Formats: sequence, C-alpha cells, structure tokens
Amino acid sequence: MGFKTFCFKKSLWLFHFGGASCNNCDIEILACLTPKYDVERFGMVLVGSIRHADVLLVNGSINKKDKPRLLEIYEQAPKPVLVVAIGACGCTGGIFAEGETFAGPVDKIIPVDAYIPGCPPKPEAILAGIVKLLGKN
Amino acid sequence: MSKQTLIPIGPYHPLQEEPELFKLYCEGEIVKDIKWETGYNHRGIEKLSEKKSYDEVFFLVERICGICSTSHPFAFANSVEEIINVEITNRAKYIRSIIGELERIHSHLLWVGLAGHFLGYNTVFMWAWKYREPVLDLFEMIAGNRNNYAMFKIGGVRRDIEKAKIPAIQEVLALVKKKTDLLVGAVTDDPVFHARTKGVGVLTREDIVNFAAVGPTARASGVDIDIRRDDPYAAYPLVNWKVITSEAGDVFAKAEVRLLEMYESISIIEQCLEGLKREKEGDIDVKVKHIPEGYGIGRAEAPRGEVFHFVVSDGSNSPARHKIRAPSYTNIATFKKSCVGQSISDATITLAAVDPCYCCTERLAVAIDRNNGQRIMNAKEIIEHSTQITNRLLNNE
Repeated sequence: MGFKTFCFKKSLWLFHFGGASCNNCDIEILACLTPKYDVERFGMVLVGSIRHADVLLVNGSINKKDKPRLLEIYEQAPKPVLVVAIGACGCTGGIFAEGETFAGPVDKIIPVDAYIPGCPPKPEAILAGIVKLLGKN
Repeated sequence: MSKQTLIPIGPYHPLQEEPELFKLYCEGEIVKDIKWETGYNHRGIEKLSEKKSYDEVFFLVERICGICSTSHPFAFANSVEEIINVEITNRAKYIRSIIGELERIHSHLLWVGLAGHFLGYNTVFMWAWKYREPVLDLFEMIAGNRNNYAMFKIGGVRRDIEKAKIPAIQEVLALVKKKTDLLVGAVTDDPVFHARTKGVGVLTREDIVNFAAVGPTARASGVDIDIRRDDPYAAYPLVNWKVITSEAGDVFAKAEVRLLEMYESISIIEQCLEGLKREKEGDIDVKVKHIPEGYGIGRAEAPRGEVFHFVVSDGSNSPARHKIRAPSYTNIATFKKSCVGQSISDATITLAAVDPCYCCTERLAVAIDRNNGQRIMNAKEIIEHSTQITNRLLNNE
C-alpha cells in the first residue's frame, strides 16, 4: 500500500473553492450532501478550512482576482491533496474562456488530478468522478 | 469610544457558496458598519455578449446565474422582442411561464433550506433540498438538463411540452404543494425559528424605497411591486394569481413571502398546463429573420426580484451593447441598514435573508485618481507592468 493510497483510504474531507462561476456547480456540489445523494454516508464532508481537507474541489473559470488566491489555498493544503476541476469552466474555461478577466483554466494554475465535465455536471457525475479518482490512486 | 474589531466573512468562506468578501466592523458583539468587496466572480459577460450572435447570447446569459437561469434569458428575450416588435404564440407564452415558475419554486425551496441551515435548523435544510429534487427531475424531463435549461429563443421556445408530459408535472406539483405545507408548518410553528427571525434585520418601507430594493425583499416590507403584474409579459396576464406582501420587513416576513409565493407559482403552473391543452401542439415559435436597428428594454421577475436587460441593436448579428442589472445589485445594498446594530450571530441570517446572488451582481471595480482621472495601480501590478516592459525590451534587442 503506497502512501497516497493509505492517505485516501477512508472518509475524504472536501474543501470547495468556487471561482468565477455561475453558481450551478456550487449548488450541485451542495446537492451531493443532501438526502437524495448523501455522500456523508461515505464519510465525505465539506470542511471550512483547506488545512483540514484531503480534496480540493475547484469549479468555475478563474479570473485575475481569483488566481493568486487559488494558488495560496493550494499552497496551504496539506499534501498529498487531490484537486478536482468541476464543470466545463473548471476544465477549460467554458463559455467564459474568451472573457477579458479570464486567467486560465484551473490546470494552468495548479496541478489537477481529475476533470468532471458538464454544465453543470450532475451530482451522480461528480460522485462517479471522485470514485474513479480514488480507484486510480 | 470602544475599540472596533474587523471580522471578515469570505472571500472563500464555508458560509457562502460564492466568493464574496464582507467586512463587519464590530464593537463587542454589535455590528457597527459593513463593507463588501466584489470582483472574485467577474467574468465580463456584457462584453462577451457583444462578441456572440443573438442565438448564442441566450446560452451566455443563462450562465450569469445558475439558480435563476431562466430569468436572464426571459428578460433578454423580452428586450429583443421589443426591438423587432414580435408577438409570440400563446403556447410559447405558457411554456415560458411554466419554466419561470418551476424555477421560482426550486429557488425558493433552495433558499428556505439555506436559511434553515444558517440558523442551525438542519432538518429544514435537508427537507427542502430533498423536495427540490423532483422539480429538478421535471426540468431534466422537459429540457434535458437539471439546471441551465436552454429553453428560450427569440420568437418562442426551443422545446415543446407535449401532452404526455403534463400528468408527470401535475404529479410533482401535488407533491410540492403537500411538502410546502410541511415546510410552512416547520417554519411557522417552531418557537426557535420565531425567536431567531422575528424583529431581526428589519427593513422599513422607506429603506426599501431609498435603496430601490426589489422582489421578495421589497414585498416583505409592504412595497407592492411585481414585474409580472406591473409590466405584464409571457402568460402572466392570462392567468389568475395575486402578489404576496407582508408588512413586518424582518427575516420572518421574507420567509413567509417566499413560502406563500410558492403556492401562487403552483397555481400559475396548473392554469398554464390547462392553457397548453387548449393550444395546438408544436406551435411554439415565430420565425424571426432579421433584427432591425433600435433598442429594447426587457424586464422579468426573477425569484429574487426584477431582472433588467437593455439591448442596443445596430442591425448586425450580435448586440451592439447589452446592459444587465440583476436584483441582488440593489438588494445587497440594504445590508448597510439591516445588519448595522445587529449582533454578529444575527448577521449571517440577515445577509442570507435577501437571497443574495453574487454571480448576478458582480461588477469590476477600478480605482481611479479623483484629481487627474488616472487608473491607480497597486504595487504588485506596477511590478508586473515593469517586468513586462523589461521583457519586451529584451526581446526586441
């Protein structure tokens, strides 16, 4: 059992970073916690500080004002940390990639472990993405 | 004078889904002043809109805000249809209203849940979000996506609601009606909810007028405004419904207005479904070939209040100017009145009570020197600028 596999074996704690998004992915992440999907049964909870988290969920396009803050949050994260880019904007910038304040998709700023496309991805897709990511590590 | 403490909320705070920075200046436990800072969510949508064709703009304005993702296309369609002066078919009107009201139901359920969560009343949070799911399933059935429905286009709607789908919609409405009773009971009968929300974050009628607040925030303070009635559009003049108002102006009144509005929405949808049965199936759009020069104003009542779109057309394929004002833009300013003088623990629910949507409101702030009109750069920007110039010189030589 490798170190990474050992770290991510049980109850992942998630930290959510909402960049310049339209709120849809944020709401779908929150919907994962509610009775229909209920990820808390797998021990996954949203935590208030990146210093407690195993997984950094990033959604939305990243603008000039978000970029230094995303870097800072990534640096504060206890390693190893898994980074998941959620939604079309998180993966590529989506419809906002041509915008004048756009500062590059997430993977140009910090290393990304998994991409979950969709606008917004369904809660099932978010769960499937995280499960696949865990299988990989 | 006692010492003031600064308590920041945000920009990436577990309380908020969206990035936004509030600075609470407190003396002891009492909030004395509040400031807010934006820009974390700025995407330059008005500028992007000028690069896209009219058909593509619908997909863009839908993504201004995920929760009220029909109200922006609604207002945009109204403004463009004002430019070309076209009357859409009754069937399209009914479908537009159905989508708009379904969205209001899911948005209000979402708010009730979050309000419960902020008060530490997590049962309401879980209930409300559980019964919001059937509404999202309806959207998936009608439009193919849970959010961002892409239902609107100039001159009508993209997809029809066939007769076979109507019973499923009625079934969900019946369920939501029953569960709204449950939530109303949970909110009005709970002594703790009363204690935490009554007399908290009060906005008087004068405050609403001074801040130009709109939507349920205004209606909870006894200001009787609703774009659906005042500037009729879509199928709202064709059905019977009433505007819900309350007098108290506190958080409880805002919750009350939203919950009662859900009953009205259910009734509007039921009447629209009856209307759909009368109209010919498939008759959902008017073909529009050209958009002439001119300008149009479109308004729509989003779950949070009035959405305003202003479009200038120069006869080409894309808007020459597109101005957007979302309801939260004026509603957020009321924090200056409602939060000041409250304790910090009440500030969270007061901030949540207007159902603020920061991604709608986002503006770009640029600091400009008042004396000479020059843009002021901070130290980091100046260093970056200097590095760029050095690089340019190096590359040229």
